[in-house]
Amino acid sequence: MRRLLAAALRPAGAIGCALGVVAIALALLGASPVAVAADLADGAFGNWIAFTDTLARATPLVFCGLAVAIAFHGALWNIGADGQLIVGALAAGAIGPALGGWPHTLAIAAIIGAGGLAGAIWGGLAGWLRARRNVNEVISTIMLNFIAAQLLSWAVHGPLMEPSGAFPASRKIAAAARLQLYFPPSRVNLAMLFALALAAVCEFGLFRTAPGFELRALGRNRRASAFFGVPIARLTAGAMALSGMLAGFGGAVQISAITHRLYETISPGWGYEAIAVALVARLSPLGIVPAALLFGALDNGSQAMQRADGISPQLVYVIQALVIIALLAFDASAAGGWREAFGAGAPAEPNAGAEGGDV
Amino acid sequence: MFEAFAAATIAMATPILLAALGELLVERAGVINIGIEGAMLAGAFAAIAVAHATGGALAGVAAAIGAGAAINAIFAFVAVNLAVNQVVAGTAIDLLATGLTGVLYQRLFGATGRAFTVTPMRSIELGPLVRLPVIGRALFDQSALVYLALALVPAIAWIIGRSRFGLRLRAAGERPEAADALGLGVYRLRWIALLASGVLSGLGGAYLTLAYADTFVEGISAGRGYVALAVVIVGRWNAWGVAAASLMFGGAIALQFVLQATAATIPYQLFLALPYLLTVAVLALAGGQADAPSALGEPYVRP
Repeated sequence: MRRLLAAALRPAGAIGCALGVVAIALALLGASPVAVAADLADGAFGNWIAFTDTLARATPLVFCGLAVAIAFHGALWNIGADGQLIVGALAAGAIGPALGGWPHTLAIAAIIGAGGLAGAIWGGLAGWLRARRNVNEVISTIMLNFIAAQLLSWAVHGPLMEPSGAFPASRKIAAAARLQLYFPPSRVNLAMLFALALAAVCEFGLFRTAPGFELRALGRNRRASAFFGVPIARLTAGAMALSGMLAGFGGAVQISAITHRLYETISPGWGYEAIAVALVARLSPLGIVPAALLFGALDNGSQAMQRADGISPQLVYVIQALVIIALLAFDASAAGGWREAFGAGAPAEPNAGAEGGDV
Repeated sequence: MFEAFAAATIAMATPILLAALGELLVERAGVINIGIEGAMLAGAFAAIAVAHATGGALAGVAAAIGAGAAINAIFAFVAVNLAVNQVVAGTAIDLLATGLTGVLYQRLFGATGRAFTVTPMRSIELGPLVRLPVIGRALFDQSALVYLALALVPAIAWIIGRSRFGLRLRAAGERPEAADALGLGVYRLRWIALLASGVLSGLGGAYLTLAYADTFVEGISAGRGYVALAVVIVGRWNAWGVAAASLMFGGAIALQFVLQATAATIPYQLFLALPYLLTVAVLALAGGQADAPSALGEPYVRP
């Protein structure tokens, strides 16, 4: 318990700092920070529907947060969870309408499996390019995000577009492929449990299995890993594919449980938000769950905030950015970086931040 | 048709070239800055907001320079002085700029997004050169920012390759420990490169809102900063290569204006995705990082 509290101390401090800065900025913009905070909290937790909507908004963040955390453990900077989620949703939306005659369980497995497979291909492509062609995965994953967005746009305007529809959206998926919603009108569904289970699997895989150990070793020191015979190329491609699969699951689940069809704006940037989620969770898969809940609550509450206070929901991006920056600064200070920054000259921990193991 | 394509290519290449030349300086100093997209976006917003308020394009350009430099100063403090992971810090900077410009835009101009109206920057004709066939108007009837971008190519090539400052900059990017041991001040060199890059990214943003679109929409930079990152790799960390790669990407973007009218059967999304597809393809073929500065992306902690 004490270890848990100690681990949560820095993220909590970073979030406090970020919210403090945003409160000051809001006051400067002429809005009341107290009123904005109250509206945000009310929108996120004010009643049963608001609360369950927060859970629904946090669910894709768990999938994408796990995707980011897995890749970052191997010092693979996957900025592409958004594109991987989009192609996952695209695959699910493409096969969903055709699953009409299928038994429910099989249809669910097919639609989620299709999403995971598409995400794995998208992430694996960046991993393969890194492993075999030495292409920086940061650039390739960002580019693949834009390509995925255009692919989705083309699909919902073209081949997948609902024939009678006025909006660019795909046909509804078959009833058999929809995850059941419990306690209507809430949107509680089994995907939330699936996300929790995946978090546990990732925690086990990373910290209790040989490939997980190898991936973390790769992240700590690439050269030493090569020396000890870690299959770097296979591990790089595999970890990126796995990372993409997790994000792809997130996209498929969103189609199967929530929207039932594809829209151009299926992701509000979950893949980018997931980077903040993963960092707040200290890249711990189990820690992703509370971190995703926090950011899901901010997202959900920001809608109410816009209605009540006229503040753009993009304020949430500012909060995410400040949380990341504050966390980086806190970590640097713990590693002695602050004294370094001002030239006092005390040696920092060797390799702090270098080789990418610590973020 | 070729004239229109040449003009569109230059117009599309200019903001990418400005940003990429800045990123070139930064990467030669050993830093990779994903936040360049955010610096462009901040520059684009500051330029049009100030030009709208004061009525002067020049004031807008000055504001863009300030905004770009300010955004990069935040990045420089976190990534250089605190020596944290540069990719993660850069991503945070992008989120920050996206959020700030979005919130300020709505606050200043209402949720309905009443459009900014500014007088765009005038283009300046360079005398009889304009009458050259095909490239005349494309190269010699443009805004001052285009001429600046083109003039910066040889200037930055000279700075990096021939000047004493360039030598020091490269030392910081190749062997920061050695550079520091010689008293070159790795942190200072990286700061200078990042501030210069902030200025250039801000100018690239200003070009988007003041010379090209004459308005602001959320996310107007549309990944051009990320393309600039790819341009630096494709251009093999060399100013002339960067210029050539910028023109190639500018041409890929410009293609949509020319081909969309003639080839209506091809989905327009393919044209929009083209620069990004091209980036992945070129990187896969040209591959790697063999010419990259040795210490690129590694935080330097003073021993």
